[in-house]
Amino acid sequence: MNANPTHSISMEALGKNAPTDTAAAPQTCLEVRNLNLYYGETHALHDIQLAIPRRQVTAFIGPSGCGKSTLLRCFNRMNDLVDGVRMDGQILLDGEDIYHPDVNVVDLRRRVGMVFQKPNPFPKTIYENVAYGLRLQGIKKRHILDETVEKALRRAALWDEVKDRLHENALGMSGGQQQRLVIARAIAVEPEVLLLDEPASALDPISTLKIEELIFELKERYTIIIVTHNMQQAARVSDYTAFLFMGRLIEYDKTNTIFTNPAQKQTEDYITGRYG
Amino acid sequence: MSENLFGQHISKQFNAELEDIRNRVLTMGGLVEQQVLDAVKALAEGDLLLAEKVIERDHEVNAMEVAIDEECTQVLARRQPAASDLRLVVAVIKTITDLERIGDQAEKVARMGAHLTKIPRPENQYIEIQHLGELVHRILHNALDVFARMESQAALEVTQEDARIDREYEATMRQLVTFMMEDPRTIKRSLDIMWAARALERIGDHAKNICEYVIYFVEGKDVRHTELVTRRD
Repeated sequence: MNANPTHSISMEALGKNAPTDTAAAPQTCLEVRNLNLYYGETHALHDIQLAIPRRQVTAFIGPSGCGKSTLLRCFNRMNDLVDGVRMDGQILLDGEDIYHPDVNVVDLRRRVGMVFQKPNPFPKTIYENVAYGLRLQGIKKRHILDETVEKALRRAALWDEVKDRLHENALGMSGGQQQRLVIARAIAVEPEVLLLDEPASALDPISTLKIEELIFELKERYTIIIVTHNMQQAARVSDYTAFLFMGRLIEYDKTNTIFTNPAQKQTEDYITGRYG
Repeated sequence: MSENLFGQHISKQFNAELEDIRNRVLTMGGLVEQQVLDAVKALAEGDLLLAEKVIERDHEVNAMEVAIDEECTQVLARRQPAASDLRLVVAVIKTITDLERIGDQAEKVARMGAHLTKIPRPENQYIEIQHLGELVHRILHNALDVFARMESQAALEVTQEDARIDREYEATMRQLVTFMMEDPRTIKRSLDIMWAARALERIGDHAKNICEYVIYFVEGKDVRHTELVTRRD
């Protein structure tokens, strides 16, 4: 509750559609304009418009099949790999259209890293997993690789747990450690944006909290978008929340607003567990 | 309106829990309202038995507060309510605190009433406080009514009644001071009545708080300490 002692309001201003405070809005990192996406005949995303703020955590919530993962995958053009996908509209990263024909998709995916629901480390050593992206970039100098691997593992809050076994197989780690390793692998190449698709849904509560703590630390450097089915998780980790339903963006606002006083009834019904 | 506000969760058990909490607040409100009515009556009519009954029943009010508080804590821990559900639980936790304090003030009025039965009673000195008691009972009744119906506009209107109580309280004070100046033998009695008047005035403030929680629940806006509810006409 944020009472302002000097603030005067009328009953009308208390209306649920009153504009929310837009003062000191953070800078936009990604902007979606009139995005429509089709899987064959299916119209999966309808006219999505939203601006993702830089170095903040934005959560996408909504029931299964609402299009939140589809939307997430648009940000690093993962949908290019899916047959029959057609889209129109624009997505701008730092003001530039990522679907422009001149865009180098490999470079785009370096700038926009992604972590999936199930940890997917390569069947290599812990060290080689993190160094993988760097080697792809042609970095060969041992000391640069060592430094970057350590830095990425530290940022992923994993260094202390693995520093003595960097050359063991990554598949021997626990699920929570594997997920943090995958995050370390994603941030080793210095992305701007991290896309997290249900990053903790396969993890136990303690590992989940470690990932959430990590997200909080990572937002100092990266713009983070997280898709989650766990609404409490969205409430805990995100600064902004977008609610999608049947391919439409129903509501997008500060997380504090969405979870205490959403403007739309559909949002209210979803987050309070009522029939839609 | 309440059906739409608390019902329709996929979890029927959650519906039942919220409805139960709401019903228990209304029951507690009913008891507190009766306590206030009885306390004022005991004071105004010099009814010692009734005063003692009010004092005796205050523990029931306290026990209700503890029980509802516990139920709200359980809902917070187990359900992690959001949006209107969260606002309901927060509003209830605050409302029962104010209701319990109203109960304490009613007990205080009853104690003064019991005390006053032991000294001479010139009838004309109780008219003002009885009138104040009626106003306070009305605002409390209305506050509980808007809580039951969860109507923010009506709640806003009820908050405005508090200004009248404050004026009436000032008038009572002035009159008691006049009595004391005219006849110093009335000082002891007048001081007791002043304490009771003060307690009644506080009940008005608590009733107004309850209306503010109703507005918070319905609108999602905290109107405490804003001009909206502090305006004096």
